[in-house]
Amino acid sequence: MNSPNSGNVGIVIVSHSLKIAEGAADMVRQMVGNAVPLAWTGGDVDGGLGTNVAGILAAIETVWSPAGVAVLVDLGGAETNSEMAVEMLPEDRRARVVVCNAPVVEGAVIAATESSGGSSLAAVKRSAEEFYA
Amino acid sequence: MTTGTLTNLLNLTPAESLAALRAFAESVIQHADELTSLDQAIGDGDHGLNMRRGFEAVLATLPGLADKSLPEMLKSIGMTLVMKVGGASGPLVGTFFMEFGKAIPEHPTRADIVAATDKAINAVKARGRSEAGQKTLLDVLVPVQAVLAGGGDAGAIATEAAQAADRTTPMLAIRGRASFLGERSIGHMDPGSRSASLLIVAAVKALEFEARS
Repeated sequence: MNSPNSGNVGIVIVSHSLKIAEGAADMVRQMVGNAVPLAWTGGDVDGGLGTNVAGILAAIETVWSPAGVAVLVDLGGAETNSEMAVEMLPEDRRARVVVCNAPVVEGAVIAATESSGGSSLAAVKRSAEEFYA
Repeated sequence: MTTGTLTNLLNLTPAESLAALRAFAESVIQHADELTSLDQAIGDGDHGLNMRRGFEAVLATLPGLADKSLPEMLKSIGMTLVMKVGGASGPLVGTFFMEFGKAIPEHPTRADIVAATDKAINAVKARGRSEAGQKTLLDVLVPVQAVLAGGGDAGAIATEAAQAADRTTPMLAIRGRASFLGERSIGHMDPGSRSASLLIVAAVKALEFEARS
């Protein structure tokens, strides 16, 4: 799940299903290209459906830059575990990693599109979340 | 006022603390199938599996916790649950233990336990952006904490835990996966409330046993 560090906002995709996370990441790569640091994670620690904090932390670490990281999640536990992961980051990074209230696939593509143009973390989050509005 | 089992928490030897924690973790593991069936009714059916995985991981860490202080033990258990449980219950139950451990002194009084559980419950509310009345584990934690704060003894605490879980059955789920079901969530006990109740009853029993021995 490595990506070139372009100085653009990083995108992390968190799904209960690793296949969904990976598939959403494939769509981002195809539609947006490689200008955006991108990582994905899915499944519980035993490889079943679910999410896990360690996997989310590792994904955030992969795409981290001072530009920040937008996290796209699917259902309940993915969000709670992602928020937990953000709180476990070093203090100076916490404010630069945000969990977006957006659908995981569409949100990831839109967030990555916004990021690829060099937009700020706030703009990336807003674009993803406007999909719901 | 009966201080009941809680004061025994102050006087446990490390070996006794470990035995109590072992019994505590095992009670959730033993009820994993029941938790899963409850969750199959109104959730995604993984609560028993998730909790069993988390508490099996806790059991595995216990030997390494033997020489730790009570706050350190609690924080470590919380972190293990956060990292291993997997579902939303990992961060929720794990946060409870982590914050309880942070707030409690090494040799707590009953008032310290009341204050620490209050802080831990507030942290769970913040983590889940939830309040009591939404068919979640808070519907057990909040009333049980009220009994604790009101001076209730071990029996009263255990009884309230079981009854509070039962009272979630007619509730409408507003937070968590069950809320997707809307009114169909009515008539089923909340799995998270059931596991919280099991943990509380097991904690009370484990400490009571230590008191008699």
